[in-house]
Amino acid sequence: MCETCGCSIPGHEHPEPADTHTVQVLKGLMSSNDHAAAHNREHFDRSGVLVINLMSSPGAGKTRLLEQTAAAFGAGLNMAVIEGDLETENDAERLRRGGIRAHQITTGSACHLDAHLIHRALHEFPLADERGPVDILFIENVGNLVCPAAFDLGQHLNVVLLSTTEGDDKPAKYPVMFRAADLVLVSKCDLLPMLDDFSVERARASLEGLGRQTPVIETAAGRQCDIGAWVEWLKASRAGHPRPNMMEERAATQTA
Amino acid sequence: MHEMAVCNELLAQVRAIAVEHNARSVGSITVRIGVLSGVEPDLLERAFTIARAGDYTAQARLLIETVAVRVRCRACGNENEAAANRLLCAACGGYAVDLIGGDELLLASIEMREVSDTVSSARRHDAQDRDSSGQISEGEDSYV
Repeated sequence: MCETCGCSIPGHEHPEPADTHTVQVLKGLMSSNDHAAAHNREHFDRSGVLVINLMSSPGAGKTRLLEQTAAAFGAGLNMAVIEGDLETENDAERLRRGGIRAHQITTGSACHLDAHLIHRALHEFPLADERGPVDILFIENVGNLVCPAAFDLGQHLNVVLLSTTEGDDKPAKYPVMFRAADLVLVSKCDLLPMLDDFSVERARASLEGLGRQTPVIETAAGRQCDIGAWVEWLKASRAGHPRPNMMEERAATQTA
Repeated sequence: MHEMAVCNELLAQVRAIAVEHNARSVGSITVRIGVLSGVEPDLLERAFTIARAGDYTAQARLLIETVAVRVRCRACGNENEAAANRLLCAACGGYAVDLIGGDELLLASIEMREVSDTVSSARRHDAQDRDSSGQISEGEDSYV
């Protein structure tokens, strides 16, 4: 009997089994992105800048919120924006018209920003200008509730917008994105009287189902602008960021 | 669909490890993917068949171990499986829970073929070439 296959045909040969060898790795799949993100974070921390990654579906009002944020702070906040879009420089140009320093990344067909793209952008986009170091850098991610959640950029905080013209069950539909949020903004709240199918309470309940006590702030950045709670949250986040607070010093000199 | 980007990251890691171990080719790659990782196993598999082309991984198989969502209740300490968008304690119904499994995105192991001492030195030489070219491209991207 053949000792290899157990059959009764005598004198036949089997090829040598391939020499295989299994190596345990147990390493994160995203280690190259995570490595670049850690580099970015070090760079941000050295520059004393607080970095906020803004994510939402397309059209939830990220750019408008940034315009109104800059208007609300005036000279009291040195903010800068890195914009991510598949194509066009439109959003960056729009922000620049409002006096906001902005850098556009066009991703082509890529549906998200990654740490390498931010890294490259930082080579062209200094984190200080004639007014001094940047207080808050916003990264306006590609409008998409799926892919951006999987890529660490080196940011300190994630803010996810949920607009009232979307479904209030979005957190249950996109749990990975909403679990990543440090703050959820319900945007376009000035439209609530016109909408019969969005409830802020249902949105909160949907978010609670994800097992995190994520704070929720209601905003309206349209003509009836009400972003007071968001501005307060930004001030608190900036003040709690372990870096020299240029923002408050600047505000103090202004009032003096 | 960011699975192609994830797949390229995976294959870059696998190739580096194959070079390090003087392997001639990679037989199978085992990854562990949590339901809450943001990566869809089906899409990753499809991306893999496109992205695997190349020296070490052309014939490689991708084995995906899916990891269910598990939570531990902060109030009563109970541990249970949960749906990705209903992270609740099955015992007391509380939503103050910690995720203890289900967001993994891990390269677990690699099975490599024809690890042979006779080809080691040639491979090692090859690996050094790769390393130096890798360093050049990384240099462009690093902070100064």
